[in-house]
Amino acid sequence: MRINCPLCGERDRREFYYKGAAVALARPGRDAGAQAWDEYVHLRENPAGKTHDLWQHEAGCGAWIVVVRNTVTHEVYETALAADVKRSMGA
Amino acid sequence: MRFSGWRILREGLSGNKGWQPHWRDAEPKAEYDAIIIGGGGHGLSTAYYLAKEHGMTNIAVIEKGYLGGGNVGRNTTIVRANYFLDGNSQFYSHSLKLWEGLEQDLNYNVMLSQRGQLMLCHSDGQRDAYARRGNSIIGQGDDAELLDVEGVRKIAPYLDFENTRFPIYGGLLQRRSGTARHDAVAWGYARGASERGVDLIQQCEVTGIDIENGVVRGVQTTRGAIRAKKVGIVVAGRSSQVAAMAGMRLPIESHVLQAFVTEGLKPVIDNVISFGMGHFYISQSDKGGLVFGGDLDFYSSYAARGNLPMVEHVMEAGMTLMPMIGKAKVLRSWGGIMDMTPDGSPIIDKTDTEGLFVNCGWCYGGFKAVPGSGNSFAHLMATGNHHKPAEKFRLDRFRTGRGIMDEEGTGAQHNLH
Repeated sequence: MRINCPLCGERDRREFYYKGAAVALARPGRDAGAQAWDEYVHLRENPAGKTHDLWQHEAGCGAWIVVVRNTVTHEVYETALAADVKRSMGA
Repeated sequence: MRFSGWRILREGLSGNKGWQPHWRDAEPKAEYDAIIIGGGGHGLSTAYYLAKEHGMTNIAVIEKGYLGGGNVGRNTTIVRANYFLDGNSQFYSHSLKLWEGLEQDLNYNVMLSQRGQLMLCHSDGQRDAYARRGNSIIGQGDDAELLDVEGVRKIAPYLDFENTRFPIYGGLLQRRSGTARHDAVAWGYARGASERGVDLIQQCEVTGIDIENGVVRGVQTTRGAIRAKKVGIVVAGRSSQVAAMAGMRLPIESHVLQAFVTEGLKPVIDNVISFGMGHFYISQSDKGGLVFGGDLDFYSSYAARGNLPMVEHVMEAGMTLMPMIGKAKVLRSWGGIMDMTPDGSPIIDKTDTEGLFVNCGWCYGGFKAVPGSGNSFAHLMATGNHHKPAEKFRLDRFRTGRGIMDEEGTGAQHNLH
């Protein structure tokens, strides 16, 4: 599996650290309540198919990247800087 | 049909014409008292114990593929009870005791081989931790022996004891651990359940779960609707998809775990051995193949195959621990879909829907749990009460923070186990 870092280009998977589902882009507010935090920290959609993950180019530029990929085929569709994705979400 | 030495002799003398199918391939009925979704090891053992210990014989196991076609047929076949934490330790102890009586109970040869599992340690701190774990295991009523270097050398003289980076300081040995013939476990439970009247329905995919006013009514399948008073979800890596049919989200991420087997070799590794530093464990099958594996690939996946970085890592770890295996040729590698929970421990519980139960989150350790999991899940489904050995496997422990069972001590969040 190769991942396209928006800053460095396509690199080997082992340069990247996998954080998990890209839920961190929609972090609940501190007063959101226990249920919202449980859902954020623990509960996962865990799709078989298209998924949005958060990876870090740990052994490269250090950027946090949202990777859209397929969990069944390991195909990587697109990648974007997490900061840009967050900005486009209007936060 | 009972298996026995006499039977084998008789069949051998009469052309082996008297053997019969081990289970009935059943057609779905309109209604059952209980339905188990998932015909893997855990689902089949659940059905077996529901029938045998709770008298529930009007039940069905529904499987979208074929029986035993998932993780129970793709694992590294290790059986052990050397867990440390309260909650896990009594459960795996219970499961190992069931393993020890399983062949007589099922009248089926699951080839349980209690050849012992040796966990190696490579630092003073790790040895101290193993001493503590060993005492905990003994306190639980199971066996554990702390070995020094000479003790390990007697068992496995071929290890690289003087490795510069990871010298071997000793090990923790559990003699009652071992391996079993994985497919036979599924087949034995299937046969035992079928003999007691359980319908085993293959090639039947569940497409929906019917719920009315918070009570489960049955399931929709590719072969029509089936009504049921109770439904148990036992689908391992696919737990999130099936739970979603009931409107639930689970604390689970599915990951890929790879395993490997070499060409058949003469007997050389007598035990199950795990490297304490490099995520590597190995045993030798009865056919002679070296069966080994390592860590998760560490990204969510349903591909049932992994990538090369973890292949390389596992091979490196193996060569670090036992250089003698370097010339063995790897025949096959494969991946299984692991239902990973945030703390690395399983879930056997009720849900918010009355009559709907979940059994999932076995992470990379489901095979050894097959008897205990089915036994405890059957108890929960039949009586509505948690079974004592599995009473800590609560679904709500992440939300409440009570009863987290994090054996690795890395924290109860996804991607750390």
